[in-house]
Amino acid sequence: MTPTHTRFAALVAAALLTVAACGSDDDASTDDASAESEAPGDTSETEPADTEAESTEAPSTEAPSTEAPSTETSDSTPAESEADDAEAENADTSITLVTYESFPSEGTRVNDELARFTAETGIDVEILIAGDTGTMLSKAELTAGNPEGDVMWGIDSTFISRAINSEIFEPYTADGLDAIPSDLTDLVPNGEATPVDFGDVCINYDIAALDDLGVDPPNSLEDLTLPEYQDMLVVQNPATSSPGLAFLLATVDQYGEDEWQDYWLSLLDNGVEVVDGWTAAYYEQFSYAGGDRPLVVSYGSSPPFEVLYAETELDTAPTGVVESTCYRQVEFAGILAGTDQPDAAQQLIDFLVTTEFQEALPLDVFVFPANADAALDPVFTEYAVIPESSREIDPDTVDANREAWIDEWTDLVLG
Amino acid sequence: MPGAEVELAGIRVAFDENVVLDDVDLRVAGSEVIALLGPSGSGKSTLLRVIAGIVAPDGGTVTIDGVDMTATPTHRRGVGMVFQDNQLFPHRSTLDNVAFGLKMSGVGRTERHERAATWLTRVGLEGFGSRRVTELSGGEAKRVALARTMIAEPSVVLLDEPLTGLDRDLHDQLVDELAELLHGSDATAIIVTHDVAEATAIADRTVLLDDLQPHGTARR
Amino acid sequence: MNRLPGWLVGLLVAAPIVGLLVFYVWPFGNLIATAVDGESVRTVFGRSRTWSIVWFTTWQAVVSTALTLVVGLAPAWVIARFDFAGRRLLLGLLTAVFVLPTVVMGAAFLALLPESLDRTVWAVIGAHVVFNLAVVVRTVGTVWEHLPPDMEHAAATLGASPPIVFREITLPLIRPAATAAAAIVFLFTFTSFGVIRVLGAAGTRTIEVEVWRRATQLGQVDQAAVLALLQLAILGALAVWSSISARRSSRALQLRPLSGPQHPRTRNQRLLVAGVAGATAVVAITPMIALVVKSISTPSGWNFTAWTDLGSAEVRPGISLGLDPIDALRNSLETAAWTTLFATVIGAVAALGIAAARRGGKLLDAGLLLPIGTSAVTIGFGMLITFDTTPYDWRSTWWIVPVGHALIAVPFVVRATLGVLRAIDPQLSYAALTLGASPARAWREVVLPHLWRPLAVGAALAAAISLGEFGATSFLSRSGGETLPIAIEQLLGRTGSLLQTKGYALATILAAATIGLVMLVDRTGALVGGRSGARSDPENRTSRSERAGR
Repeated sequence: MTPTHTRFAALVAAALLTVAACGSDDDASTDDASAESEAPGDTSETEPADTEAESTEAPSTEAPSTEAPSTETSDSTPAESEADDAEAENADTSITLVTYESFPSEGTRVNDELARFTAETGIDVEILIAGDTGTMLSKAELTAGNPEGDVMWGIDSTFISRAINSEIFEPYTADGLDAIPSDLTDLVPNGEATPVDFGDVCINYDIAALDDLGVDPPNSLEDLTLPEYQDMLVVQNPATSSPGLAFLLATVDQYGEDEWQDYWLSLLDNGVEVVDGWTAAYYEQFSYAGGDRPLVVSYGSSPPFEVLYAETELDTAPTGVVESTCYRQVEFAGILAGTDQPDAAQQLIDFLVTTEFQEALPLDVFVFPANADAALDPVFTEYAVIPESSREIDPDTVDANREAWIDEWTDLVLG
Repeated sequence: MPGAEVELAGIRVAFDENVVLDDVDLRVAGSEVIALLGPSGSGKSTLLRVIAGIVAPDGGTVTIDGVDMTATPTHRRGVGMVFQDNQLFPHRSTLDNVAFGLKMSGVGRTERHERAATWLTRVGLEGFGSRRVTELSGGEAKRVALARTMIAEPSVVLLDEPLTGLDRDLHDQLVDELAELLHGSDATAIIVTHDVAEATAIADRTVLLDDLQPHGTARR
Repeated sequence: MNRLPGWLVGLLVAAPIVGLLVFYVWPFGNLIATAVDGESVRTVFGRSRTWSIVWFTTWQAVVSTALTLVVGLAPAWVIARFDFAGRRLLLGLLTAVFVLPTVVMGAAFLALLPESLDRTVWAVIGAHVVFNLAVVVRTVGTVWEHLPPDMEHAAATLGASPPIVFREITLPLIRPAATAAAAIVFLFTFTSFGVIRVLGAAGTRTIEVEVWRRATQLGQVDQAAVLALLQLAILGALAVWSSISARRSSRALQLRPLSGPQHPRTRNQRLLVAGVAGATAVVAITPMIALVVKSISTPSGWNFTAWTDLGSAEVRPGISLGLDPIDALRNSLETAAWTTLFATVIGAVAALGIAAARRGGKLLDAGLLLPIGTSAVTIGFGMLITFDTTPYDWRSTWWIVPVGHALIAVPFVVRATLGVLRAIDPQLSYAALTLGASPARAWREVVLPHLWRPLAVGAALAAAISLGEFGATSFLSRSGGETLPIAIEQLLGRTGSLLQTKGYALATILAAATIGLVMLVDRTGALVGGRSGARSDPENRTSRSERAGR
């Protein structure tokens, strides 16, 4: 052996050996390490001191909610001069809204509304895209207590119990919560998060593409396994994507806890394609947006989107919804525990449920406003599909089985 | 096996631009032992390698026993060679080194080990069979190399400076042993050396490499 | 040199030890504590998928390793035996491929392969093979070069045909080197992460990928910890086994360098050399070319849109991926700068301490190697779940990612520096002292001037490691703080869009930056030369360092 080689081999051997050796090394230090890491845990349970100091009354303000937003802080009460005062007080404050990637980051009415919030309160809102809902939630869990932002938008009812269990949210009762129907607020009885919108996840189809192929739109989940729809469907990974999970739940609802697996095997045989998120599925794979798959898991509100943003004016929606496949989703916004701007975060939550902001949602985020007072745009009422009855699985059942179903699905479908 | 006649005609070898052998003619009769003399770097070793088929000549032919072997690969020439630095196989025992040639010609394990042991005894290394070759002394290694070559009973044996680098007493002793070994076999032998005394002591005939090349000075 | 005052030596040794304890041992202990929970161990071990992932991880690593060996032997032989135009270049090329970030290598293969092969295990294995060719060519080639051709000739004169010569003589003699190379390639491919994230299908999971998936997608931290430890246990067992079997088969082979590589002489030799060298070069270069080509092949035809419009990652107007490629570039450069600073300072201090402290130094030296033996994913994961509680909540600090990178880079700075430190003749310092210089002055005048070069090499290596690091960064980087490899992986996931083209453009930039750094090191003569013993030593570390971090 040459010196070079010997030394190289020795280095590698040393590295490999140390791997073996470190097992015992670190075993010895385990106790110390865990003791050290657990001790300070107590302090974090009781949560950031500043939050506590500023907003102790917040959770108990339920009933007397004042109509004006941002009157949280005890010293700026007069409603009339609220905007100016708040602006002065919050000058240079900036908070971060963490959200999923299909949330518009600029150029829509939602963004205009957020700009109005900034103008009124002096609080700058930065939008931080954190991937698909599942990814966003996992990141929030791994950063719990030291979050990447102050407010999170978009955890939905299929994931909310996980978010609550991992304590990523700081409970808060928004001013204006009473405008939100109780069937939505009941999903978060302890106020960990605020319902902001709802919608249905349904199979969407590209009308023209199916026409060209000479195929009728499917009518049911079962239809998707038929040969005429071979290689046409694109769905999202339920581990990373909220519509993906909703669609999985729809199939569980349809076929039961013991049969949905067979259904998915049939879908696999029929050439279903899986991508990580809704954006990739809809904008990159769906034929109407330029991909090559005419069937996609999307929202009941996707058709009006296509009417509104069509390059040439349309009378009818170019895409359709298979109503029997729809699964109901409620989305939430919440204050991320550990934020150093609890006050501004509360103001933003209040703002997110205001009628004005809520009315901007349908045409930009393509969901139904949670606020019952928010009026719907005619385009939306005309083209959006609200199924007579959407599928829903009891939240406790979802909570108890979600990880197991996702695991099972992953093994089955992704191999 | 009776010794084969070796005939070289017009051998020419160049490494890159460097002409090492230029138009070499040489004829060695069957069972003859000759010594090839010349200063170091004169191409003697290269000539042996041409005969063994290790170096392909740029021109000329190698004929062994009347057959043109110029394009025949080394392992089919029936030519044995003892290298200057022995080239014992370090991963094999002394016995397996000696027995290697027999293994190649398909001799069974038991028989080749017996014959190898006999050869070790013959070169004065009885009981050395299980030694590692890396632990042998210079003289011992040389004897093993000789035994390894001779055991296969080649028709031609080439020896490249076989006794260079050994101390005086050992050298003298091995000159005698080598002469006895070569003359005791039928093989045709060509020894390359730069030592005239050694050459005359071992060989039937001594040849100067320069005399084989008409252009004599072509070498480097 | 060794005359440093005791308190100073203590200080020099203590600083890196404290760093190691805080940033490696503690997170590692915490990881074990997290995993040691009957419930999650039962869940992980009881899930049949776990074992199929272990099986997949193993077989793809075995196949990758075997293929790398088989494919690598021909170029190793040609480079060891023959001198030809471009020999050095070929060796440099293979090394350049080897030091590329894993994500870039994945991207290059994604760019190269037809769609039917994309996202298959064969694509992954192909990338592994090309990636690791340099390990085989260098490790085996060096030994082969010192194996006298006459030994093979001797066997031939005894009647052995070329295949038999190879089987009976060559192979047994290069086996120890081949085994060492195989061990390295196996380690790399067993813990493969970046290549699989980019090139594998969603269901293609090594243990490393599964650790990441469980932790960051499913939020199952405890199960991920169990898997991370399972992987370490398997690697540890293999290390013990391979060191035992290596000891058993180790034999001092006194191989002397002979004449060195020769020019091919016969027509056949020339054809063979040209064929093997040419094929190897093609295999090494084509993926790189594919990368560049794909970066100008946009959905709207051949143009530079992806390059000119690099600063955004919009799916469509208003809807963005939430990452800015230009920001990622800046983040990467900043991270690399800090990593370089941290690793060079700590590495230099550690090297001085190790050189001065003798026995304790050896221990520190070995300790600093620990993070390299641990997978990068495990390091990042451990840090993330450990530094999450006030006052040790460091997850959002600007320095946590550079510190993670530095953990992996420090050993290479130490190795680059230590050799030089040890080689400095102590007599020189004594001479300076007897000439009346104070110890500090003697040190400054005699030792310091020799340190710059190895430190520069170490710094460049640290920067290259940081630029390409993916495994630990996958855990430690926060939204908005994406580094190049993270951005590349995300962009490449968007099939058929301009975003993917931008991913290729970023990968091209990262490839160029890494190769540039490695060439910089090479210019100091320490890297690609590869033939003279002492000088070629750091290059092996480069390779290792480069990849250890992924």
